Amino acid sequence: MSLTADDVNKIAHLARLGIDKQDVAAYANDLSGMLDLMTRMSEVNTDDVEPMAHPMDQAQRLRADVVTELNHREAFQSIAPQVEAGLYLVPKVIE
Amino acid sequence: MHTKTLIEISLDLQAKTYSSVELTQFFLNRIDQHQQLNSYITVTPELALAQAKAADQRLANGTSDLLTGIPIAQKDIFCTQGVITTCGSKMLANFNAPYNATVVEKFNQAGAVMLGKLNMDEFAMGSSNETSYFGSVKNPWNINTVPGGSSGGSAAAVSARLAVCATGTDTGGSIRQPAALCGITGLKPTYGLVSRYGMIAYASSLDQGGPMTRSAEDAAIMLQTMAGFDEKDSTSVNIPVPDYRAGLNKSLVGLKIGLPKEFFGEGLDENVAATLAAAIAEYRKLGAEIIDISMPNLKLAIPAYYVIAPAECSANLSRFDGVRYGYRCDNPVDLTDLYTRSRGEGFGKEVKRRILMGTYALSTGYYDAYYLKAQKIRRLISEDFKAALATVDVIMGPVTPGTAFGIGEKMDDPIAMYLSDIYTIAINLAGVPAMSIPAGFVAGMPVGLQLIGDYFSEDRLLNIAHQYQQVTDWHNFIPTGFE
Repeated sequence: MSLTADDVNKIAHLARLGIDKQDVAAYANDLSGMLDLMTRMSEVNTDDVEPMAHPMDQAQRLRADVVTELNHREAFQSIAPQVEAGLYLVPKVIE
Repeated sequence: MHTKTLIEISLDLQAKTYSSVELTQFFLNRIDQHQQLNSYITVTPELALAQAKAADQRLANGTSDLLTGIPIAQKDIFCTQGVITTCGSKMLANFNAPYNATVVEKFNQAGAVMLGKLNMDEFAMGSSNETSYFGSVKNPWNINTVPGGSSGGSAAAVSARLAVCATGTDTGGSIRQPAALCGITGLKPTYGLVSRYGMIAYASSLDQGGPMTRSAEDAAIMLQTMAGFDEKDSTSVNIPVPDYRAGLNKSLVGLKIGLPKEFFGEGLDENVAATLAAAIAEYRKLGAEIIDISMPNLKLAIPAYYVIAPAECSANLSRFDGVRYGYRCDNPVDLTDLYTRSRGEGFGKEVKRRILMGTYALSTGYYDAYYLKAQKIRRLISEDFKAALATVDVIMGPVTPGTAFGIGEKMDDPIAMYLSDIYTIAINLAGVPAMSIPAGFVAGMPVGLQLIGDYFSEDRLLNIAHQYQQVTDWHNFIPTGFE
């Protein structure tokens, strides 16, 4: 299976990931190589195999519904690229 | 002082042969003298000396632990409050974490001294430490070769004695492979044994932190501090932590060692194979029984890994958006431009490659063919391990197909780089613990032997490694120029 430059641009858009125009062909080539590697998976029949998401097959732990985290807004915002009046600033979204 | 192991230094500190402040200053000087390795991203002399002073007080008033006053270093993937945590990326080049990772907290409580933060492949994605935004790390055994990755800075620093020991993380071999290539001892614990809280996520169902040390005994001491249930990590496993040093001296008579034929076939360098055969002969002398086994699904580990790890990475790394922390592009024209350019400029090539791969594998129409299929393969691989470990006590094999490769040699061929992880990746998919221990040299470069055990059998693995280190001295060799 091989991916085209268009495919790469589409995936990059889904991931909101800027990639340099001159690198698109190389990414298409690398990803195609990875997909070739993956075709080996189809050599094995996995029809009755249960997918494995966690090595211990553990379920998510539950805890009492009580507040455990205090408000750290100032600490968190102190490392943000741009904040004002306790808000994170981004370019205007609504005209 | 640097030629001693953690346990020897610990005893010296308790006997007041030298102080932690003296020891710390000695290691800080060594770090300064050997900057050419590029093993550290950040050195923290002021913090280290303050911690050393506090450690000396604990040593004086009898409240010390084995790690009190020991100069260690943290892989730069563990969040440290007040010290920049970069994860080897431009994205986090100025990131001051608002909290400490649980692992960091535990070392602080034990009174360990942090010398600094160690270089690594960007976001732990790489097998050579060449994807780091802060430049590649050099292997102390030959500075023209890679130290391995992603914990390359950790392995190089411990090997060159620029820290007594270090932390690493292992998603597909990132502790064991650099440990093997730099001639040190590395342990990837069972998934869930060491807290992932504050350890920047790459592939959450595979990531696991662990010790990188000179000897197995040192690894036991470090793991004792690192292991244990943590409420803050939702995948942490709540089981009692054994005394890892208690069983180190158990006899290996009757130990059943399984050698999977899939580990010793085509692709393994013949000199490495001969070195491993000598190591296994040593185990036979110690009373172990060698059993040939087969694990037929191992060959599927690389394809399954390169679906699962990128899929989880693409989800985990979506948090880097240029809004809340980390790198932000200049003058974004709109929100999409802010996201796209911040991520495009902040991430390096290998990270982008994996985000793209993962995004594709999870996208509409491809999920079943790739992600679901890979999860099913993962089950088959884990069943191979369960079946093998029901008949043998430990599985042994290579860590890497050859010794350290040249810097730049595989950077233009990502697939070749991925294939070099062939012996380590399956272990992460299964979630079992594994170690790399020094087993000899080929043309002056270290070779690692891999020991793989059943879930939560770290005490047994450490015992098996320690017994080998009692009859061999490969772990005591120091690279030329660092004696």
